Amino acid sequence: MKLLKVAGSSWLPVYAGLYLVFLYLPVLLLPVFSVNASAVPVFPLKGLTFDWYRSLVGNDALINSLWNSLIVGVAASLLATVLGICAARAITRYKFRGRRPMTAVIMAPLFLPEIIIAISLLMVALQMGLGLSLILVIFGHVLICLPYSATVLISGFEGFDPAYEEASADLGETAFGTLRRVTLPILMPAIISSLLVSFTISLDEFIIAFFLSGTEPTLPIYIWGQLRFPAKLPGVLALGTLMLLASLMLLTFAEMLRRRAARRTQIDGGFHA
Amino acid sequence: MTVRLDDRPMPFPETRRASRLARWKAFDPDEIRGIRLLSPTFLYTLAFLVGPILVVVAYSFWTQTYLTIDRSFTLENYRIALSEPIYRDLLLRSLYISFTVSLVTVIFAYPIAYFISFHGGSRKGLLLFLITIPFWTGYLLRVMAWKVILGYNGVLNTGLIGLGIVDKPVESLLFSSTAVIITLIHAWAVFAILPIYVSLEKLDRSLLEAATDLGDGPVRRFLRVTLPLSMPGVIGALLIVMIPTVGDFVTPRLVGGTEGQMIANAIQIQFGKASNWPLGSALTITTMMIVTLMAGASVLVLRSAVRWMR
Repeated sequence: MKLLKVAGSSWLPVYAGLYLVFLYLPVLLLPVFSVNASAVPVFPLKGLTFDWYRSLVGNDALINSLWNSLIVGVAASLLATVLGICAARAITRYKFRGRRPMTAVIMAPLFLPEIIIAISLLMVALQMGLGLSLILVIFGHVLICLPYSATVLISGFEGFDPAYEEASADLGETAFGTLRRVTLPILMPAIISSLLVSFTISLDEFIIAFFLSGTEPTLPIYIWGQLRFPAKLPGVLALGTLMLLASLMLLTFAEMLRRRAARRTQIDGGFHA
Repeated sequence: MTVRLDDRPMPFPETRRASRLARWKAFDPDEIRGIRLLSPTFLYTLAFLVGPILVVVAYSFWTQTYLTIDRSFTLENYRIALSEPIYRDLLLRSLYISFTVSLVTVIFAYPIAYFISFHGGSRKGLLLFLITIPFWTGYLLRVMAWKVILGYNGVLNTGLIGLGIVDKPVESLLFSSTAVIITLIHAWAVFAILPIYVSLEKLDRSLLEAATDLGDGPVRRFLRVTLPLSMPGVIGALLIVMIPTVGDFVTPRLVGGTEGQMIANAIQIQFGKASNWPLGSALTITTMMIVTLMAGASVLVLRSAVRWMR
């Protein structure tokens, strides 16, 4: 028995290490080939160059698509988080008939292929004579962000004792004062997590944007267009490296913020929920 | 005092319906507040998800006649979707790919979730963070990375030649179902780890002590306590990977070649070049129904297997 236990506990860390290598190896190839002085991403490496990064500077199509992606990401994450707050508060605070089926409908996009969301919105929009636009992409992204933002916010609300709000009201705060000085500070880590997760999902999303963006490409659509030309690949890899660094900084920042808030309020907002 | 009709114990149909209505009307203020608070989100999903999907269902029973839509009811699209060899093959291949991907992903993910939950200690947060980072690279770029790895002159082939395992590059690595499966396993790893991790975290550790005290060894304890109690996470992980992957068309397009195309590529063509919305709708609905059935069957098999092991 003891032998089994030892074997089991030494086997697991090794496996975990290998798994991390599997997860990271493909991702780490992006930065490696983005500074390689060859247009073809093959080993052996040819030498260090920053030409591919330089080729990104002043690229209007790229900047335009980046701008579109930022607009969509900010709008979708704000809308998803506001709707997520309503849902999370209703689900955690009140018991009512129809709560489970209604929650299931809100969570459904998690279990649906994105292509069905994309084509159904495409059909309705064209049928109603509305053109394709970024607004449509925003509506679609809110749908796929909602399950994530609701999950993050539900775990935030679960750690939130309603007694704080009652105490604040008893001590003479107005409803707005309670919201500003009690509710929001306690929920802030969950709200920020929800915003960030939604923003990142929207920034990365391809299928919905592919069908609905029309003539205004988002960043993934721009990248998709570039992938048709093998010569453009190193530039795309450079762009990918920059995007990876940006999201890494954003997530590290969010994690630090969450930890500080968790220490202050002794409530775990649940970044990974 | 008069006795109201509702109060009398008489099984008239009218009285019964009245009393049931009365029970339905009795929303207490808290319930109303809850429903009112949930309704913006719920109505949003109704308007942008449920409604449009119903439109897809309606279209699947109509016919495309050049530029117009013939709105008379027909099952012809479903007949084509199920019997035309090309769609049948694509559908079967998509099901095979999504089933394999979800099964392998969950099997690989379980030990990781277990390791973090039981041996993570104070580094749990850091480990989860480490696992989620590759997931933020961007979907397209991760698929691209696999193309670089599996290509004819790719990293894997150069590595294999360098190590002297093969003489010339293996051609079948890229542009095959296998390439699609490997790429998808990598892309969906996090989605499998997190649900399993959450269900393992919820597991009451004193149950494990009890099992040990009652004489179960580590293997029996795992099979009879840990695994059954973490089943909700495993099932969640399986569904969250299986159903969305069936509708992927990016991965097959980039690394699948002709032999690795999936049903979503055919659906996309119906909404693009071919411009046959009814057929595209029928293909989508058929795929959804069949993958849902497959997912349901997998869950049943999994549940009974775990019950049998106990």
